[in-house]
Amino acid sequence: MSSIALLPVSAPRQPVAFRLYSKLGWTGLAATWGVLVLLALLYYLVPESSALHVPDYVIVLIGKIMCYAMVALALDLVWGYAGILSLGHGLFFALGGYAFGMYLMRQIGRDGVYKSDLPDFMVFLDWKEYPWFWAGTDQLWWALLLVVLVPGLLALVFGFFAFRSRIKGVYFSIITQALTYAAMLLFFRNNTGFGGNNGFTDFKRIADIGITLPGMKVTLFLLTAVALLGALLICRWIVTSKLGRVLVAIRDAESRLRFCGYDTVGFKLFVWCVSAVIAGIAGALYVPQVGIINPGEMSPANSIEIAIAVAVGGRGTLIGALVGAGLLHGLKSWVTVAFPEFWLFLLGMLFVLVTLFLPQGIVGLWSRLKKR
Amino acid sequence: MVTAEKALAVDPAGFSPDGTVSYNRVSPDPSQPDLAHGAILYLDDITVSFDGFRALNKLSLSIDVGELRCIIGPNGAGKTTMMDVITGKTRADSGTAFFGQNMDLSRLSETGIARSGIGRKFQRPTVFEDHSVFENFELALKMDKGVWPTLFARLTGEQRIRIDEVMTTVGLSARAYDPAGLLSHGQKQWLEIGMLLAQDPKLLLLDEPVAGMTDEETERTAELFVSLAGKHSLIVVEHDMDFVAAIARRVTVLHEGAVIAEGSLQQVKENERVVEVYLGR
Repeated sequence: MSSIALLPVSAPRQPVAFRLYSKLGWTGLAATWGVLVLLALLYYLVPESSALHVPDYVIVLIGKIMCYAMVALALDLVWGYAGILSLGHGLFFALGGYAFGMYLMRQIGRDGVYKSDLPDFMVFLDWKEYPWFWAGTDQLWWALLLVVLVPGLLALVFGFFAFRSRIKGVYFSIITQALTYAAMLLFFRNNTGFGGNNGFTDFKRIADIGITLPGMKVTLFLLTAVALLGALLICRWIVTSKLGRVLVAIRDAESRLRFCGYDTVGFKLFVWCVSAVIAGIAGALYVPQVGIINPGEMSPANSIEIAIAVAVGGRGTLIGALVGAGLLHGLKSWVTVAFPEFWLFLLGMLFVLVTLFLPQGIVGLWSRLKKR
Repeated sequence: MVTAEKALAVDPAGFSPDGTVSYNRVSPDPSQPDLAHGAILYLDDITVSFDGFRALNKLSLSIDVGELRCIIGPNGAGKTTMMDVITGKTRADSGTAFFGQNMDLSRLSETGIARSGIGRKFQRPTVFEDHSVFENFELALKMDKGVWPTLFARLTGEQRIRIDEVMTTVGLSARAYDPAGLLSHGQKQWLEIGMLLAQDPKLLLLDEPVAGMTDEETERTAELFVSLAGKHSLIVVEHDMDFVAAIARRVTVLHEGAVIAEGSLQQVKENERVVEVYLGR
């Protein structure tokens, strides 16, 4: 894929002393996250009667967008640097969401419609007990472990076979797309044990604390903000290390790198799994804030949206993924309310325009303007 | 001549510090070639076919430790295929390929072969174009190339000095922080040769290293290769006969996937079969 070689590399031109961001970069990050914390405080501490109060829906919307930004970040790590375009990252996101959703379902207890120990959908199916893979999901620690393990292990197994067989480029993209589609069909089945097309919803509590309480909402919001910042810094650390330079070398001349003595399969697998785990954590934070997870999250269109967010923001920059996701989903939440039937047209048009006129995305435009 | 004990104590390449080659060395490390018998590469009866076309036809060849061997031959003689077999890119249908006494190349991956000490320069210069010249050397530099060591790798002072040395050798110091993609064709060739040096292989395979170089660059390349021989073993595939004349000690002529002549350039030139092949008589 020769066009990919034109992408910007944020690896330092002059490998001086190790640093993550410049002073300006750190200031920008501090300002952005400062605003997020401020919003959370204005929501939680200022009474609703005050003009300064941040309404509920703003917190939920921004929380949601941060989750999208996190999965876009995960995609940029593999696509922008290693040149691995996944069109199935929605799958890892959804699996993380389902893993935590199982815990949320267990926390409903007997407050469901059927007043049973089992979730309503299992009662409806006339199941008498939890299937084996639900074992332990009433424990928060196990659910959190699953959030990391399920996407991570799937990525490990899938990635191992794909990378070992040297599947690359558009073929890899198509296979990831097929994978998420197949998983969606599987999760649509009632008998799979994840609530069929309704998925999981009607969550009541986390750690026995009501999920609709402002304290819980602000906690989830702040946790998401911290997770996003943490993921950004980890990704940045990876791409500024020598391993980051190996990833870009894989993107540009993989066979040369093999003859230099690097086992490229291991490097791809590492970054692929890190990416999947970040996407899974994003999904797990998304579900309690949005209040629902269903197989629709695995639809190919969702994964393509993630890729478009990265392209709009600027591939291979990390920060671009956050900007792109913020912009795209901000726009989406407005357009789908104001002109719902036009969203897909707008999405397609945006992608075409960005590809034609902003091949390096918004961040690429910004750095080009700065150079002038 | 060094004694066996002394040879064991010197560097794992099998060369003592003064540059002489020790022939009576026992290789203790199975991941490194055993060079005790004086030959670094043995190809025996190698055949490779692509859809019935025999790119290599019972090719046999042996390269001595520290030797500089030139390989010439008309287009389609199998030169690049031979390099592919040595570096693991292509698998031989039959025959054996050994690196030193002990390493069966058919059992190793491309990465494993590179790590055991075979470096390759491609016919078309292949460098990491988005990386600076310095970063290209950093990636090539001999060190632990596993995933974890790479994640935590920081260049030591010694390694920086080594990169500086190599950059000076190939005349790219002034371009150290420019993207490799901006270099001229000849400079890319030099960069790739320099990357091989940084990798510090025991055997260097060089596929048309002076293509696209100016006369002056070609001359400097010839000097460099001659100075490398002895410390390293080199196989050079080249069409430029002046260049071959400048560096060649022993020349092998390939034709239709097999060796048809071997000897000094003069001997080869006088060989009737070679004349026939080249002039089509």
